[in-house]
Amino acid sequence: MNKLFQRSYLGFIYLLLYIPLAILIVYSFLDSHKQFTWQWYQVMFADSQLWTVAGNSFLLAMSSATLATLLGTLAAIVLIRYRFMGKSILSSTLMSYIILPDLLIGTSLLILMHVFNVSFGYWTLLIGHVTLCMPFVTIMVNSRLHDLNNKLFESAQDLGASEFQLYRRIILPLLFTVIVGSWIMCFTLSMDDMIISFFLAGPSFQVLPLYIYSLVRLGITPEINAICSVLFFATFLLILCSQWSIRKR
Amino acid sequence: MNKDKFFKVSAIVVVASWLFLFALLPLLGIIVFSFLQHDADHFYLWKFTWQNYQQLFSLPYLKIFWHSIKLAFMVTLVSLILGYPFAYFLTKLSPKYKSLMALLVVIPFWTSSLLRSFAIITLIQANGIINTVLLNLHIIHHPLQLMYTNLAVLIGLVYNLLPFVILPLFANMEKLDLRLLEAASDLGASKFTIFTRVLLPLTRSGIFSAVLLTFLPAMTLFYIPDLLGGAKSLLLGNVIQMTFLSARNWPMGSALGISLTLIMSVLLIYYLRSTPKHEREAL
Repeated sequence: MNKLFQRSYLGFIYLLLYIPLAILIVYSFLDSHKQFTWQWYQVMFADSQLWTVAGNSFLLAMSSATLATLLGTLAAIVLIRYRFMGKSILSSTLMSYIILPDLLIGTSLLILMHVFNVSFGYWTLLIGHVTLCMPFVTIMVNSRLHDLNNKLFESAQDLGASEFQLYRRIILPLLFTVIVGSWIMCFTLSMDDMIISFFLAGPSFQVLPLYIYSLVRLGITPEINAICSVLFFATFLLILCSQWSIRKR
Repeated sequence: MNKDKFFKVSAIVVVASWLFLFALLPLLGIIVFSFLQHDADHFYLWKFTWQNYQQLFSLPYLKIFWHSIKLAFMVTLVSLILGYPFAYFLTKLSPKYKSLMALLVVIPFWTSSLLRSFAIITLIQANGIINTVLLNLHIIHHPLQLMYTNLAVLIGLVYNLLPFVILPLFANMEKLDLRLLEAASDLGASKFTIFTRVLLPLTRSGIFSAVLLTFLPAMTLFYIPDLLGGAKSLLLGNVIQMTFLSARNWPMGSALGISLTLIMSVLLIYYLRSTPKHEREAL
């Protein structure tokens, strides 16, 4: 009885989590008379502006995920392996950026870019997204580095490995899965980010979440159902791939 | 050896300069801006003033703070009530299914929260699913007005933030020694006593991480009240966004942003003070 209650409670919450998404997908295939249709997908494919902003978002997510993973991993290694002046400032800045509301990252960068007269567009968005994602990478890589045995690095160095060889041959291969995992996380964070993009996008470079937002505000068109369903499946596939690549290792 | 040193120095310089330029400097900038005067033509004037902070204590802003904190509190409470038993039951599943079931919680969280808010709209709007079902079952005779109410904002925020409650609690409870609960029950504690005197204190740090991860976003996810609540449900996040982008009063917006950070710091300091180091969860 107790077990039954627990199971049904779990099921209830899963329903709450998935019903809205399921409805979205079902609606994307229904016309105004509740008949099956591909119409909204055709509308979506014909929407040239959508493809431009989707391309922008993809480019931005690829580049910011790569840069953030690079910088975040570097930061984690630097924090674990070296001693230097200002290390505590560096680590506390990183940690506080994890809980700092996105709104503050967006507005503070808005001010900075304005003061230095930078024009808003791809580069400002890139900086914003990398700054948003980098601390998460550092945390993930950091916890993996903690699990690894420090003696491994020491013995490599005793055997005459240079710093560069140590990274190339030992540290990076051991970190491979966590680096892939954090890259994917950064990619979705950047794809989905609404708040920072809101402040840092310019007229020359619009991104997908802002475009969907403007569609929703203009009034609900079933085209959004189709876009959302496609995005949902894309996310789902991405997660599946990442899980698979992690399992395989 | 020289090459090694070069690698070390350049790694530190790259990381430190990124963080200095794009994290510390902007934060410093927003602090400086919160003390500047507003100017309609140039967003700001380089003149010192306390006025922005004084304005925070004027009635309209106090009302917004009160309303935001109230709503964020409600969101956190509802999410905890829904998520706490869920996380606990999840830990009791057999190890075979546990990681799969936890992954199922994460999947909706990987999709964009804008997308999930839109899903909520299709659910609760006047001709949405909930109303259609209730009307067809003759439980109600007129569509319920759910959209553009505080309730809609609450539903939207809870739906978006629920995984942030479940995951830290789940991580925390996974490490829990379930035998302690058995011991308490063997020693004659009632179910209620076990919950309040054993389970709750042991999962305190998990609860706190959950609160931290929901309370602040609940005040700052401005597009959710924007889409679901209409103009009535103004949250701190909406006000900051509008002060920056519509009113273009950057100094005032900065002061509001700083006040948000202060709320965050108060929560954090309380957490650090009240939790011994070994119990702290990695946020």
